[in-house]
Amino acid sequence: MVFSYQPTPAHVDMPIHAASTQRRHFSPTSSSSRTIVSATLDLEDKIGAGQCSKVARNVNMENLRGNYLFPEIAMRELEHARRYPNEQLIRLGIGDTTQPIPRTIASAMAEQALALSTDRGYRGYGDEQGNKELRMAIANTMYRDMGLMWEEVFVSDGAQCDISRLQMLLGPRVTVAVPDPSFPAYVDSSIIVGQAGKFEEATGKHQNIVYMKCLPQDNFFPDLTNTPRTDIIFFCSPNNPTGAAATRSQFKRLVDFARSNGSIIVHDAAYSAYISDGSPKSIFEIPGAKEVAIEISSFSKFAGFTGVRLGWTVVPNELTYSSGFPLIKDYNRIVCTCFNGASNIAQAGGLACLSPEGRQALNKLIEFYRGNAEILVDAFQSVGLKAYGGKNSPYAWVHFPGTSSWDIFNKILEKTHIVTVPGVGFGPGGEEYIRVSAFGKKETMLEASERIKTLLYNNLN
Amino acid sequence: MSLQGQLSASISSSSSAFLAPSVFINSSRAVNVSVPSKRLGVCRCVATPTEEVTAYKTTVSRNANIAKLQAGYLFPEIARRRAAHLVKYPDAKVISLGIGDTTEPIPEVITSAMAQRSYALSTVEGYSGYGAEQGERPVRAAIASTFYKDLGIEEDDIFVSDGAKCDISRLQVVFGSDVTVAVQDPSYPAYVDSSVILGQTGLYQKDIQKYANIEYMKCSPENGFFPDLSTVARTDIIFFCSPNNPTGSAATREQLTQLVQFAKDNGSIIVYDSAYAMYMSDDNPRSIFEIPGAKEVALETASFSKYAGFTGVRLGWTVIPKQLLFSDGFPVAKDFNRIVCTCFNGASNISQAGGLACLSPEGLKAMHEVIGFYKENTQIIMETFNSLGFKVYGGTNAPYVWVHFPGQSSWDVFAEILEKTHVVTTPGSGFGPGGEGFIRVSAFGHRENVLEACRRFKQLYK
Repeated sequence: MVFSYQPTPAHVDMPIHAASTQRRHFSPTSSSSRTIVSATLDLEDKIGAGQCSKVARNVNMENLRGNYLFPEIAMRELEHARRYPNEQLIRLGIGDTTQPIPRTIASAMAEQALALSTDRGYRGYGDEQGNKELRMAIANTMYRDMGLMWEEVFVSDGAQCDISRLQMLLGPRVTVAVPDPSFPAYVDSSIIVGQAGKFEEATGKHQNIVYMKCLPQDNFFPDLTNTPRTDIIFFCSPNNPTGAAATRSQFKRLVDFARSNGSIIVHDAAYSAYISDGSPKSIFEIPGAKEVAIEISSFSKFAGFTGVRLGWTVVPNELTYSSGFPLIKDYNRIVCTCFNGASNIAQAGGLACLSPEGRQALNKLIEFYRGNAEILVDAFQSVGLKAYGGKNSPYAWVHFPGTSSWDIFNKILEKTHIVTVPGVGFGPGGEEYIRVSAFGKKETMLEASERIKTLLYNNLN
Repeated sequence: MSLQGQLSASISSSSSAFLAPSVFINSSRAVNVSVPSKRLGVCRCVATPTEEVTAYKTTVSRNANIAKLQAGYLFPEIARRRAAHLVKYPDAKVISLGIGDTTEPIPEVITSAMAQRSYALSTVEGYSGYGAEQGERPVRAAIASTFYKDLGIEEDDIFVSDGAKCDISRLQVVFGSDVTVAVQDPSYPAYVDSSVILGQTGLYQKDIQKYANIEYMKCSPENGFFPDLSTVARTDIIFFCSPNNPTGSAATREQLTQLVQFAKDNGSIIVYDSAYAMYMSDDNPRSIFEIPGAKEVALETASFSKYAGFTGVRLGWTVIPKQLLFSDGFPVAKDFNRIVCTCFNGASNISQAGGLACLSPEGLKAMHEVIGFYKENTQIIMETFNSLGFKVYGGTNAPYVWVHFPGQSSWDVFAEILEKTHVVTTPGSGFGPGGEGFIRVSAFGHRENVLEACRRFKQLYK
């Protein structure tokens, strides 16, 4: 994943202390320069101006290449909008939900907020693990009949945050495997914690990470027979970005693989609500999974909570380290020390999401987004491209054989003013692919579909 | 409560490291489990099948850093003891002056803003998805202008978060495992605990109650709760909290100038925790950035928790000046931004709407009133212990009273107070060895509870 290091939108104007004599621009491996804006200096700033601390930068941070993927996309989006102020930009890049939260859920949150103004309704610190009611609702709704207990559910402010908390838990010495392509937070958090080893330009991979290639011919399921043992195996079904949902038999193969290797699977089920073909929605549907797997999930794409911030992680009691020490105890310690619980208002919303009324309303939303994805998949297929996804996910994963995904990203952006995400941003296995997100109004999807069919077709031929 | 029920409650906020075996009770499989010996005696597995069945174990090694931690985090341990006490005395009217948990309702001007934002999310015009990971611009701007006006701190130096405790860990992730760290002794336990988790420390040394490789800067009545910097070894990072949790001491301008100079001389970075700044009564600096030159050596973390009763709502912020650089000139703010974008996804938009309302003129006025109320509580508690002849510290600039019990184990005093008055406090040694011989009494509570607690203290110590 190599793209030029540029400031994120929030820091576009970030000035560097002009008098700093030890200022440097970027690490030598970065390929771009950036504008330095000199700041006007107050008198007090000139005192000791240009002094750096003697604190060495964390080598793991140096190992990160450029920006996190999605701020990079946001920045390019901004640039493009500035250059073409009269064009209608269609944002199908960052997978950001667009449809309003159902009223029943929003009201529950509003009511909780107002209750905090009353003597009876005021709540201070909640349990770091989440409100018991919500934990029970998650256990009963999402893990019914899987033998999981509410105490094994840890409510959080989202899967992205939980991934990093899990990495803090696991520490720098574990080895890690990721699907290739996959959600960039697995690799990036691995680098940050110090697991990943050096980056190899030639392969686009980090030395110590095992990249499990996912190809369309195998339903994007990794070839486990050719996968070396690692301590941790990240897995995501339905996968972001390919949209592939593992079958029951594939999940079983994965669980057996982990078991025979003594590995721990971290399964990301953030999109499980989008499954429409009967594939397993939780890894815990597979017997034996409780001894080898952790599952993370999120209300973001399920309920439009991308800004509200709510998710959860399930750590089964049976999951132990080689010493027999239960992982859940250490995860609990991390949660109590490095976190202070998800917002009580967001949690009230979560509870409403899991009510029968809430679920009904959310199912409609999910149907809507899935329908959008199908429109996009159809559009790309109609111009002769192989496009995957839609059935079990809100993304279209489109193959442009023999092309660089950043080139395609740029071409699509230039010609059709549609923002997508280049597949290589999800790992070297994503090269030649583009991810197109299906979050948006129906009209937007139809307009995008039109542009793909006319402009893209014309420019590809 | 059945054994099952009691033990199933163990993994909640009242859990501690001491209840490990209980998790197996919840398992649907009845197996013989090998349990580390120090945890035996609390409970065992319920059923033993006739043949020996060994529980499956992965071959993943436990993170050695976490293994260094001695017990549960301090406050869940206090909660656990409180819960145990309630089981023992189900009819006791237990009063909690332990965990610093706010108790008074949030002013309506703030909650109605949050309710409005909630409703707005159900409309086409008002819906918003992912926010900027650094926080919504109006919130960042309001924080900059409210707290850092004329200090040369700009909107984009502000990173809005879900609280200072979370930010401390994110900062530790930025710094990594190779930095050395200094903390005040006593201090808020998250600094030390996050340091251990990140691998910055050596093993815990039971005889001195300290982790190897952390520099503990003693803060005692003898040195006016400001460390003698001439005796402090250089570390990369210096955690400093003022007004201080738990001592309540607020550093003077002179002291902070010394601290900034010390950091400058040593090339260190100060992590300045200002979570209680609005409780200041004295004319001491509220922000480290009031000290000239601080922007090159310090970053500051803060929170709405104790100002707006947002302990459950979750909102705080961290300020990182552009001038704060690593030894190679790389700006600390850029790495923090990267962490915020990768390991975090922004504070809840609803909480941020509340934060914005907090910083409106009406909101600020309302927050000052609530803070004033807790300060009155603090006064009452201080007067009580003073009248009983105790040496009492803190209170003036923070919602905590730091009471000296010379020559006594603070856990013993904590237990005695709990047993005899049903009042929960916090033992000083939970904040570090420098807290031994002290008890922290927190002033968050309904007025009647605080008055009642003080009546009971008077009974016990008359």
